Amino acid sequence: MAYVVERKPLTLPERLYFPQIIAGLRVTLKHLFAPNVTMEYPEQRPAIPTGYRGVPTLVKDPNGREKCVSCQLCEFVCPPKAIRITPGSVEDQPDRVHVEKGPQAFDIDMLRCIYCGLCQEVCPEEAIFLQNQYSMTGYTRAEMVNDKAKLYELGGTLPDQHFKWDKKKAAAEHGNAH
Amino acid sequence: MNAVIELWSGLHPLLQAVIKGLAVIGVMFPFGGACSLVERKVSAWMQGRPGPNRALPFWVAWVPGIGFVQRLGVFHLMADGGKMFFKEDPVPGHVNKFYFYLAPVVGMIPALTTVTVVPFGAYLNEAGKLVPLVLANLDVGILAVFAVSSLGVYSLILAGWASNSKYPFLGGIRASAQLISYELSMTLSVLPVFLWVNAPGGNGTLSLFDVVSAQNGAWFGLWMPLSAVVFLVSLFAETNRLPFDMAEGEADLVGGFHTEYGSMKWGLFFVAEYSHMLIGSGVFVLLFLGGWNPLPWVPLSDVAAWLGQLSPVLLHPIAVGLLSIGIFMGKALFFIFLFMWVRWTVPRFRYDQVMKLGWQKLLPLAIANLIFYAILIAFLQKPVS
Repeated sequence: MAYVVERKPLTLPERLYFPQIIAGLRVTLKHLFAPNVTMEYPEQRPAIPTGYRGVPTLVKDPNGREKCVSCQLCEFVCPPKAIRITPGSVEDQPDRVHVEKGPQAFDIDMLRCIYCGLCQEVCPEEAIFLQNQYSMTGYTRAEMVNDKAKLYELGGTLPDQHFKWDKKKAAAEHGNAH
Repeated sequence: MNAVIELWSGLHPLLQAVIKGLAVIGVMFPFGGACSLVERKVSAWMQGRPGPNRALPFWVAWVPGIGFVQRLGVFHLMADGGKMFFKEDPVPGHVNKFYFYLAPVVGMIPALTTVTVVPFGAYLNEAGKLVPLVLANLDVGILAVFAVSSLGVYSLILAGWASNSKYPFLGGIRASAQLISYELSMTLSVLPVFLWVNAPGGNGTLSLFDVVSAQNGAWFGLWMPLSAVVFLVSLFAETNRLPFDMAEGEADLVGGFHTEYGSMKWGLFFVAEYSHMLIGSGVFVLLFLGGWNPLPWVPLSDVAAWLGQLSPVLLHPIAVGLLSIGIFMGKALFFIFLFMWVRWTVPRFRYDQVMKLGWQKLLPLAIANLIFYAILIAFLQKPVS
């Protein structure tokens, strides 16, 4: 609703300018000696709040196993089609039995990624996370594609309560497929 | 020491003039650069950021404590200066080349010329008489400053017009209107000072040195505050500093009159602006704040006499001269700081507000002030009959 702001007539000191200017000078002088509010970026980094959506990364479980089972849900849900997964098996690694599948190649094109976080949301294995890294640079297009090794390097290991593969292995050893 | 003085007086007057001229250039250019750095630092601190603090030439990086100098951004000054000299100097195709090249030069001439007539210190000669330190001690002192420094407006008009594009043209027009408007109240505001200095029965003088000599007691700023205020406000307008930044007006005019300029031609405009600031501050200090007198009612000669009792070395003309230069420059540099301080305090006036303030407020105020002090001084200085 439209309303009219009442404008008070200026008082005498206001019309004389100078008392007001001197009051302003006091404020700016205070700021002259106040500590800086800016951060000197490359040396000082800002604290990243929890829930920040940075560069998407792949994480491993606390036992160092890769969690991704290459179900490709993230590839399908990715709005700009930044993710490309080549599914493969992991049978060749004896410590990785009972893992159905794993990605043979996992590429995220960071020139396409829009940091929407849908991949993290859709992942049934909690294998892909948008973590704290916010600065992603490169000199070529090829450099801006994160391959599987790079994604695991960025992702590291996150705490995990499920220990899914331990449970599966134990279940299988007791004769239960699930 | 005496040999140097004899060598100096033995030189041909023309050679002396050339050396003085080179000295002015050698002082004013680094001063302009230093001012731009101080401006950047003061602006940054007032805005709560650190300001330029990165540049460090690798061959001095080993010096202990250099980090502090680096944090002050001193090396940015050299980096900026070097960049200004060596970067490409673009000249747009649509400008009037002759006047385009002429404008920065025309801007520098008044800036460097007025420095010569401003006394910046004084010393006591053998007879105990105060002698001013000035490159050219003209009797018409203040008149020369006003006459020559107002030529600076031609540089803005030429630059704005020769650039042959919209924003510089508007900037030039605004600047010329503003400078001419405020010159009136500026000149009128200093008249009471000279009414007092030119007491009846004495020699008529417009010399700035005589004005300072007349302030051995009360400073003019103390008993002519209105004159000082009108002069100071006009000074802000004359030097094109915020809140009267009509000539540049980067919010509405891109860069104002120097939009089309680059590299050292642009740098010349800025050296000229900072020289005008220094000269304006200096003239204000000379007229209203006692010049090189340290305190009201404490003239320089008294201080020199006290110091002479401590040690006769301090009575040497060089010691007294350096002391007076220190006092004068300290006051003038405070006003340079005030220019920067006000810049971040008061936002830019609208153009019509600038004109209204100049013609409808300051000019009548200056005239009323002149009439009041003319009558007052007539009573105070009534010749004894």
